[in-house]
Amino acid sequence: MTPELLNILNSIVFSATPLVIAGIGETITERAGVVNLSLDGSLALSAMVGFATALVTGNFLFGMIAAMAVGAAIALIIALAGIELRQDQVAIGFVLTLLCADLAQFLGQDYTGQSSRSLPQTPIPLLSEIPILGAIFFDHPVIVYFSYFLIIMTWYWLFHTRPGLELRAIGERPQAAFARGADVNRMRYVYTVLGGALVGLAGAAYTLAIRPGWSNPPSMRGDGWIALAIVIFGGWHPFRVVLGAYLFAGLRALSSTIQRDPSIEIPLALLNGLPWLLMIGTLLLVSTGALERLLNTLPRPVQRSLRSVLRSNPPAALGTRFDPD
Amino acid sequence: MSKAVQRIGFALVPVLISLLITALIIVIAGADPLAVFQSVLEGAFRSTSAFGGVVNFWIPLALCSMGLIVTFTAGLWNIGVEGQMVMGAIAASGVARSLGESLPNEALIPLEILAAMIGGGGWALIVGILKTRLGVHEIFGGVALNALANVYAIYLISGPWTPPEGGSAQSTSPFPTAALYQRASGDFPVSLLGLGIALAAILLVALALRGTRWGLHLKATGKNAKSALLLGVPTVQSALTAFMVCGALAGIAGSYRALLTYGSLRPFISGGIGFLALLVVLVAASRPVWTTLIALIFAVILGGSTRLRVALQLDQSLAGVLQGTVVLLVLLANGLRQRLAEPRRPRKEAPRATVERQRSVIID
Repeated sequence: MTPELLNILNSIVFSATPLVIAGIGETITERAGVVNLSLDGSLALSAMVGFATALVTGNFLFGMIAAMAVGAAIALIIALAGIELRQDQVAIGFVLTLLCADLAQFLGQDYTGQSSRSLPQTPIPLLSEIPILGAIFFDHPVIVYFSYFLIIMTWYWLFHTRPGLELRAIGERPQAAFARGADVNRMRYVYTVLGGALVGLAGAAYTLAIRPGWSNPPSMRGDGWIALAIVIFGGWHPFRVVLGAYLFAGLRALSSTIQRDPSIEIPLALLNGLPWLLMIGTLLLVSTGALERLLNTLPRPVQRSLRSVLRSNPPAALGTRFDPD
Repeated sequence: MSKAVQRIGFALVPVLISLLITALIIVIAGADPLAVFQSVLEGAFRSTSAFGGVVNFWIPLALCSMGLIVTFTAGLWNIGVEGQMVMGAIAASGVARSLGESLPNEALIPLEILAAMIGGGGWALIVGILKTRLGVHEIFGGVALNALANVYAIYLISGPWTPPEGGSAQSTSPFPTAALYQRASGDFPVSLLGLGIALAAILLVALALRGTRWGLHLKATGKNAKSALLLGVPTVQSALTAFMVCGALAGIAGSYRALLTYGSLRPFISGGIGFLALLVVLVAASRPVWTTLIALIFAVILGGSTRLRVALQLDQSLAGVLQGTVVLLVLLANGLRQRLAEPRRPRKEAPRATVERQRSVIID
């Protein structure tokens, strides 16, 4: 493997990290039956607050905590409106998308173009020495390692613990979960806010690591929608969500390589449309059943052991509300 | 508390609170809220020409809002309205560029409007087909097509339509005067034709939803698509026509931006008006009269805030902050009112669970 290829793969893993964290956060929220549509605005506002906080305090950790608080607060509004006040989660989410993006732009006007440090590169001793894999996965800032931990934790929690079973139940059959003693609405609050905090952390990942600094329009604009699409592509399973995020970052890296190649005759302006065509393409892959047919070609025993990864149906109670009395 | 007082309270209190929140945000940004509010009002009302600027925001906003009432009635989230405006502007610009020198104004304007309706309506139809035939939710189809429309406009401006004297990628060359909507006067820079079209759209949409079979089909589709289909309502056809009507109106709105506001094609020519129209319709709960009025108030905020950067060195996005806060709080207050109005039911002896499906779910 050439060093250039290793570099490219390393940067794909690096640049996919916010999509991974936001995608996992939204997966947790939607598994509980709540839609947080505000991702595009949440990412922008938490990214701005995280950057400003880190700049003012000189401490990355404070920046990340502030960003998580912003993401959690936005998610709390959605939970409150959807569960307590019985409003349409999609409507509230959309309003918050616009409101938070404008707030980020307005409050961030003094921070545009301010120079900043980015999270330091911290190769993991020993692991980063592994040939090929070490260079791709273990030579990054800490936040990338956190995303690995998050993936494994979420998968384990969802499919191998009792509270995880309950989490899936309140998103699939809230009545049944309620009959078994689950406090459906309280759990929905918890997981919506938790998912929102992760979205906030993803926002901080942009401004503190991936593309350090704050600009207008923010560099991550549009990525919130992409993260929402990746959750669908990922069939609400953490492993597939991660696969979707890496795939997406990979194709993006490919298109920017094409842009730099002078021998290819595609107008630069049109290449910016590629991520969006890709987004429709991946959703079509799921909605037309093409992905399912593809996965069905796997040998039977493999399919059985991968059952939870292969399904593509949304949680049955997604976006609905639950009245216990 | 009497019913009427309660009703007014639930309408006014959220607006007052959002003004307070916005004032707080202005203070955080280091400015004087009173000076800002005064500057916005002056920006909107200081002269007939300034108010003309407000009307020039209201016309495209009202057109998009009426279109969105149609799609919301059919239970559809047409987030793609922004892209439909852009495609309308592109189509109208295409006519203006190719025929602008050879035809008189009276012949050009109808052609441009027609092109804009086809451009916007066609772009909306793609979202509709993705939704009804291919199972891609209209929110995702719309978001993607918005981005693609903007990419296409920027490609045209920086490529084939770049001004011959050299492009700065900021706009095409100005269109010939014959290709533009004619302004009423120098003091009131509004196209009376555009104003007439907007008013006609309001009337037609209100009447069509109230008194036609098509309107009934849209309502049935929006309320419960499955039962409507069983009762013989052509739900797919209703959804597709709703998308096309909204797209066509958004297209006209886009043509107004290109052929009056700017006189050329620019990047991001919709200026967020399509998204703002979604907020207007949400807060007006799809009622035509309220939609018209709220669109006017939002146009005042939008038109008035264009002066903020010059007058107070503040970013124009403040307008969006105020509008978004108002809409959010009004929706929350509605929820609170409904919650309080519910009679307290005695707890049943055995727990009985109900799940109610909401109007719109992200994945169908």
